[in-house]
Amino acid sequence: MLKYTLRRILGMIPMLLLISIVVFSLALSMPGDPFGGEIDPNNTDPQYIEEMREKAGLNDPVHVQYGRWISNFMQGDFGESTRYKMPVAELIGERMPNTLFLGITSLVITYILAFVMGMYAGRKPYTTADNLIGGVNYLGLAVPSYIAGVFAIYFFSFKLGWFPFSGSVDITLQNGSFEYYLSRLHHVFLPAIVLGALGTASYTQFLRNDIIESSRKDYVRTARAKGTPETKIYNKHILRNSIIPLITFLGFDIVTLISGAIITEAIFTYPGIGQLFLDSINNRDYPVMMTLTMMFSFLVLFGNMIADLLYGIVDPRIRVD
Amino acid sequence: MNNFTDLQSQPPLLEVNNLETAFEIDGEWHNAVDNVSFQVKPKQVIGVVGESGCGKSVMSLSIMKLLPKGIGKIRNGDIKFNGINLEKLNDKEMNKVRGKDIAMIFQEPMTSLNPVFTIGFQLSESLHNHFNISKKDARKKVIHLLDKVGISRPEKVVDEYPHQLSGGMRQRVMIAMAIACEPKLLIADEPTTALDVTVQAQILELLQELQTTNDMSIILITHDLGVVAESCHEVIVMYAGEVVEQTDVVTLFESPKHPYTQLLMQSIPRMDQEEEVLASIEGIVPSLKNMPRQGCKFVDRCPKAMDECRSITPQLRESSPGHGVKCLLYETSWEQEGMKAK
Ligand SMILES: Nc1ncnc2c1ncn2[C@@H]1O[C@H](COP(=O)(O)OP(=O)(O)OP(=O)(O)O)[C@@H](O)[C@H]1O
Ligand SMILES: [Mg+2]
Repeated sequence: MLKYTLRRILGMIPMLLLISIVVFSLALSMPGDPFGGEIDPNNTDPQYIEEMREKAGLNDPVHVQYGRWISNFMQGDFGESTRYKMPVAELIGERMPNTLFLGITSLVITYILAFVMGMYAGRKPYTTADNLIGGVNYLGLAVPSYIAGVFAIYFFSFKLGWFPFSGSVDITLQNGSFEYYLSRLHHVFLPAIVLGALGTASYTQFLRNDIIESSRKDYVRTARAKGTPETKIYNKHILRNSIIPLITFLGFDIVTLISGAIITEAIFTYPGIGQLFLDSINNRDYPVMMTLTMMFSFLVLFGNMIADLLYGIVDPRIRVD
Repeated sequence: MNNFTDLQSQPPLLEVNNLETAFEIDGEWHNAVDNVSFQVKPKQVIGVVGESGCGKSVMSLSIMKLLPKGIGKIRNGDIKFNGINLEKLNDKEMNKVRGKDIAMIFQEPMTSLNPVFTIGFQLSESLHNHFNISKKDARKKVIHLLDKVGISRPEKVVDEYPHQLSGGMRQRVMIAMAIACEPKLLIADEPTTALDVTVQAQILELLQELQTTNDMSIILITHDLGVVAESCHEVIVMYAGEVVEQTDVVTLFESPKHPYTQLLMQSIPRMDQEEEVLASIEGIVPSLKNMPRQGCKFVDRCPKAMDECRSITPQLRESSPGHGVKCLLYETSWEQEGMKAK
C-alpha cells in the first residue's frame, strides 16, 4: 500500500509540471498585466511603469519568467497577492477553514439525504415513493445553484429572517467563544443546505440503481436461504457491495471539499476559496489565481489516488501493493 | 444407507402436494412447475432428475419460498414441513425455518457467496440467525464446520474472502453453511454441475457422509442419473415442469418405464463402454411460452409417440405399486374408451 502510494505520488510529478506550463501560458495570454488595476496609467510617468516592470521581471524572456515562478513555487513561495498585499499562502490559509467547514457540512447533508433516499428507493423500486424520490432528485439536478441560492436567500433570509445571507461569522463576536462557533454554524447552514441538497441527485440514483442490481445477485439468495432478515440483507449484504462504486464520487468530493463551491460562495458572499478564486480572476491577481489553479489540479490527481486506495480497502478483491 | 422398509412406515418430513409455480412473462402467467407431488421421509435421499429447464430449481426455490418476488409465485398446492404448511408462514416465520430446518445449496458456487465478506462472517451469520451464540463460540464452530467439510487449514480460510477459494472449496463452504444449524432437510440443487469431475465425486461423497452422520434428508437435484444410482433412495424424473416417473431407485434402474427416463438412462456415461459418444436426446425442453397445452409435453421428442399423445393428456398413474408413470403407453383406459367408441 505504501509503495503503491509513493509510486502514485511520483507519477503525479510530470503531470503537475505539464499542468504548470499550461497554467503559466494561460496566465500570460490573459489580457492586461498585474499592474492593470494598481497604477493609473494616465497620471503615472511611463518611465516609472517601465522601471516597475523591469523590477518585477516582466520584461524577461518567457522561459526565464516560468523558471523563476516554478522554482519559487516548488520551494513553497507562491508569491504575494497583488490585491491583498499579503503572501498567497497566508491568504489561502485564511480562507481554507471556511471552505472546509462549508464543504464538510454540505457533504454530510448530501450523504445523509442520498443514503436515506437511495436505500429506500432501491429497496422499494418502481413504487410511488421511489418515483417521488426520483422526481425530486432530477429537479435538484436541473436547478442551478445560483437559482436555488437566490431563492433560499429570498425566503429564509429576507422573508423569514432565519439565516444570515452573507459572511461566515458575526464579526462582533470574539474568536473562540461558544457564540462564535454557533454563529459560524448559523452562517454556513443555508449555503450548505443548497450545496448539499443539489448534490444528492447523482448519489441517490446511483445508489438506488446499484441496490436494485445487487438485490438480484446469487449471494443475496444465499443470505435469504440461511434465514437472514430482509433488513439486514439490504443494510449489510447489499449496501456493502453497492458502496464500492460510490467511491469514485468520493474522489471528486475531496476536490470540491477544498476547492470550494465557486458559485455558491459567491452568492452567499461566503469568504472561502471559491470566492477568492473568482476575485483573483476579476482583479488579475495572478499569483493567487495561478496558485489556486495549481492547487485544484493537484487535488484532482490526489482525489483520484485516494479513491483508488479506498477501493483497495473496501473491496477485498482489489488489493493494491 | 438406511433400511428401505424403515423409511416407508414413518410420517413424511416434507410433503409437496399438487405444487404449481408460475412466472409472469409478457403479462401472462406460465407454469414452470406443474402439479408436482412427492414426499420426503426422514433420513431419505430423494433424487430429482431432468434436463436443463425442467423446473428443478424452481421447484426447490418454491419449497424455500425464495422465488423472485413479483415475477414468480406459487399458484396452487401446498408444501408441508413436519406437518406445518409453509405457505401460511409469513416472512419472519419462514426465516426461522430457512437455514435452520431446511437448508439449500445452490447450483452456482462461484457467485453464491458475497464477495465482500469473509468466509467466517458468512458462515457464522447462519449460526447467529438461529442461535444465541457468542462471536467467539461461533468462530470456533465455523472452524470446526470447515474442517468437517474437508477444507484444509480452516483457521486460515475463516478469514479469507470467496475470491481466494476455488470453485470446489466454495461449494464446500456452501455445504458447511447449509449444515451449520444441522437442518433436517437439505436441498442440494445440482451441487456439482459447475465443478470439475474429480471434485464432483468428492462433493457427492461428502454429502453422503454428512447425510448419515447428521441424520438428514436430502433432495438431490441433478441431471446425472449416475449420481442418482449411487446416492438416492427414491427418484423423481421431471420433464417440462411435471413429474413423469417416480419410484424407488432399484425399480427405476431395473425397469424404467417412461420413454424419457429410458433415453436418460442411455445417456449415462459408462466405464465399460469404449465409445466416447453418448446418446443424447434430440431436441430441447420447450420454453414456458411454447409449452403444449394439451397432450404429452414430451411428444415431439418421444421415439414412441402415438397420434393419441397429442390429444390426450396423460396422468401420473401407478403402473405397479410405488411406481408412478405419466405416459399413455401405460394407461389402458383411453384405449378402452377408444374401443368402445368404435
Ligand atoms: N426468474 C424466472 N423468470 C422467468 N422464467 C424463469 C425464471 N426462472 C426460471 N424460469 C423458467 O422456468 C423453467 C424451469 O427453470 P429451472 O431453472 O427450474 O430449470 P432447471 O431444471 O433447474 O434447469 P438447470 O438444470 O439448467 O438448472 C425454465 O423454462 C426457465 O426458463
Ligand atoms: Mg437449476
